[in-house]
Amino acid sequence: MHPGAAPPDALHGAVHRRIRNRALAIGLSVMPFGVSFGAVSVASGLSVVQTCLLSTVLFSGASQFALVSILGAGGGLASALATALLLGVRNGLYATRVAELVRPHGWRRAVAAEVTIDESTAMALAEDESGHAKRAFWTTAASVYVLWNLSTLVGALAGSGLGSPAAAGLDAAGPAAFTALLAPRLRAPEMRVVAIVAAAAALATVPLLPVGSSVLVGGGVAAAGMALRSRRATA
Amino acid sequence: MTLWVTVLAASLGCLALKAAGYVVPARALQRESLRRVVETLPVALLSALIAVSTFATGKHLALDSRAAGLAAAIVLVVLRAPFLVVVVAACAVAAGVHALHP
Repeated sequence: MHPGAAPPDALHGAVHRRIRNRALAIGLSVMPFGVSFGAVSVASGLSVVQTCLLSTVLFSGASQFALVSILGAGGGLASALATALLLGVRNGLYATRVAELVRPHGWRRAVAAEVTIDESTAMALAEDESGHAKRAFWTTAASVYVLWNLSTLVGALAGSGLGSPAAAGLDAAGPAAFTALLAPRLRAPEMRVVAIVAAAAALATVPLLPVGSSVLVGGGVAAAGMALRSRRATA
Repeated sequence: MTLWVTVLAASLGCLALKAAGYVVPARALQRESLRRVVETLPVALLSALIAVSTFATGKHLALDSRAAGLAAAIVLVVLRAPFLVVVVAACAVAAGVHALHP
């Protein structure tokens, strides 16, 4: 925060416009993901109401997609739930930063918690220097929340009208969506190693474990390896 | 019924994880080693999800139209295509291959 360096009104207006435009662009950019999620969720056997509830309450794309993807493949409820929760852990860490930047109080804290996701956190961090982190967080959160829920509903209704998931190619929507989410996280070489180890461990345990739980094994093995490594590095 | 329980548990659980960050003292969560594990988790889980949702059918490994869809998605992601293009192309390729080899 830079309370002493408040820019003049004209500059304020320019920053407000920039934040509004970026927030809208980010909201629009999540819509294809929302439509795919809605369609895949319904194809996985969830009702339109259950699908929309995930977007209104859970409100975190990767966790939502993972949940319906594992359920759709015939995976156990516990595996689907555990994977969704582990993918949601990062939002808790984001929240510690957002709490410092946005400082919500009272009921606003509960609302801020619900909308603390990749996009709103990134925008708050990006506008920290301009002193408008708060506005950036709330504007982005509102834009993404509204458009995410709208696009989920559209996808769920459209998905109800499609035939078998394989014939429509919908069974490739999950892998494609996960690839798009994973790619920006692979810049560090060690993350590429983590990704390869996780995929290999998951595939190796597919025939041995209940359906869906090999995802957890793969993810757990790779993340545990990273934890051991960083502990040794800091020791 | 159990599906409803899963949907509600996942929704409330993920919401609780977000809320935890506002309640737990920031210092407790900003240790370097913990931050690295939290960064690693989505990479590991997403990669495992890609592998299993593409190459597993129940408890068996399978090479089918989904692999063709994934290949298309990887090429387009490397080319920095927008999300919409990546998903639609992956579905179209998978549907095409499925129609040829059902």
